[in-house]
Amino acid sequence: MNKVLCSLVTAGALSLGSTSAFSAEYDITVVNLTRGIHFTPLLVAAHNESTSLFSAGSTASSNLQAMAEGGDISGLATDLNSVSATVVENPASGLLAPGASTSFQLNTGQSTTSTRLSVVSMMLPTNDGFIGLSSATLPTTVGQRMVFNVNAYDAGTEANNELRGSGAPGQAGFPTPGPVASGTYAAGTGGTGFSATAEGFVHIHRGVLGDTNSTGGVSDISSTVHRWLNPVARVIVTLRAN
Amino acid sequence: MNTVKISAWLGRPLMLLLVLALAGCGGSGGSSNRNNTQTAEYQVRLINLTAGQPLSPPVVFIHTSSLRTFTIGEAATVGLEQLAEGGETQQLVTEALFSQAVLAHTAATAAVPPGGSQTYNLTISENSRSSAELSLLTMLVNTNDAFAGVSATSISSLAVNGSVTINGIAYDSGTEANTESAGTMPGPADSGEGFNSARDDIADEVRMHSGVVTSDDGLSTSVLTQAHRWDNPTVRIVITRLK
Repeated sequence: MNKVLCSLVTAGALSLGSTSAFSAEYDITVVNLTRGIHFTPLLVAAHNESTSLFSAGSTASSNLQAMAEGGDISGLATDLNSVSATVVENPASGLLAPGASTSFQLNTGQSTTSTRLSVVSMMLPTNDGFIGLSSATLPTTVGQRMVFNVNAYDAGTEANNELRGSGAPGQAGFPTPGPVASGTYAAGTGGTGFSATAEGFVHIHRGVLGDTNSTGGVSDISSTVHRWLNPVARVIVTLRAN
Repeated sequence: MNTVKISAWLGRPLMLLLVLALAGCGGSGGSSNRNNTQTAEYQVRLINLTAGQPLSPPVVFIHTSSLRTFTIGEAATVGLEQLAEGGETQQLVTEALFSQAVLAHTAATAAVPPGGSQTYNLTISENSRSSAELSLLTMLVNTNDAFAGVSATSISSLAVNGSVTINGIAYDSGTEANTESAGTMPGPADSGEGFNSARDDIADEVRMHSGVVTSDDGLSTSVLTQAHRWDNPTVRIVITRLK
C-alpha cells in the first residue's frame, strides 16, 4: 500500500514540471448565483494579457454594447478570434437559468500567450447589465483550481428605464425571451418607466429598483424577484492533466 | 466535544490509513504513536458586517472534503432550512455528523449583533490536518431564510500562528418565500415564526440572496425598514491556527 501511494504522489509531482510539453486544457464551470436573473448565451475566452473586452470607467465598444443590450456575442467573438484567442460561445446552449450551472472545456492548444480568461453575458431582465470577468489569470499548474466571483456591470450604453423593449443596440428596453416573458421569472408589463440616461461608461451595476406591480407601476422589473447583490456568478477553472 | 471527535475518528478509518501511509513516504517526522496524540488548534473569529441584521449563534465545522453543507442550485437539507429560517443548528449538526466527515464542530449559543464579533476554538488531530476544511453558517435573523458564511474553505496549509481572512456573502436557502411580512421572521424586527417545513420560495434551491426590499423601498407588506438592508460581504471570518 505504501509503495502504490508513494508512486502516485511521485507521478503527480513529476507531471507538474512537464506541462509545457502538452496543450493546456481547462475544465470550466460557470454558476448563475442569482435568485431571479437569466444569463444570455455566455462568451468565454482565453486570450493574451493585452486583450480586454471592457474596462470599468471607459466607454463600451459597440460589440460590448450589442452583448449587454441584447445578448449578441458574435461581434465580441470576432474581436477575440482576431487576436488568436480560444473562444467558447454559448456553452449552456441558450439561457443559463437562476441557480443553474454549465461545465465545459477550453483548450488553448500550444499557445503560450493565452494566459487570461474573460467571461461575459447579458443579465435579463436588465437594460444593459452584464456579468463580467475580465482578463483573470488562468491557473498554471496541473490540478490547480481557481474560483472567481463575478460581479454585475452596467455597459453604460442604454438608459435603465426598466421596461420591456428591444434587444437591438441603441433601442430602449430589454428583450424578453421565453422565461423572461412569462412564468416565475417573467418581467411585468405596463410600467411607465424611469427617466434615466445612459451613463456613458462601463461601471459596476447599481442594481435594479423594480416594483411590486406586475401589470403597471413604474418598472417592468420585480423588486422581489429580479434584484441581486454581487457576486452574480462564479467561475471555477481547473487546469487538467493531459 | 469528546464524543464528536470519537465518532469522527471511528468513521474515518480509510482516511487515517491514507494519511499514515503517506506520512511513511518521506520517512521524516516522529513516530505515528506520537502523531496520534498531537493536535492542531484553530480560532475562528466571526465579525458581523451588517447594519441591522443580528446573526444567529453560528455552527462551525472542520471537516474533510466529503461534507458540503449546501450547494448553489440544489435544494437545502432540512438542517440548513432550520438554520436559515429559525437559526437552529441541531439538525444541521446531526446531518453533518452522519456524513462522518466532521473532524470537530461547535454550535454556539450566543447571537452576534451588528458590528459585533465572537470567537470559537476548535481542535482536530494533527493527522487529520492535511484534509481539513472549514465551514461556518449563521442566519441573518431579520429575514425569511437568509444565511451567511463560508463553505468548505481549505485550512490544511495554514501554519502555526498563521491566519486567513475570508469575506462571506449571504445566501437564500430557497425554502421560504421572502415576504418580509409580519409574523414570518424570528429576529427582533418581527419576533415572528422561525422554522416552518413548508417550502414556498420561488424555487426550492439554494441561491445568492438578493437582499431585502423593505417597506421603505416599496414593499408595502414588509415589516422591515431601510435599516435592515445589507450588501456583501455580510460577514468576515478570520481563521487563525493556534497550534
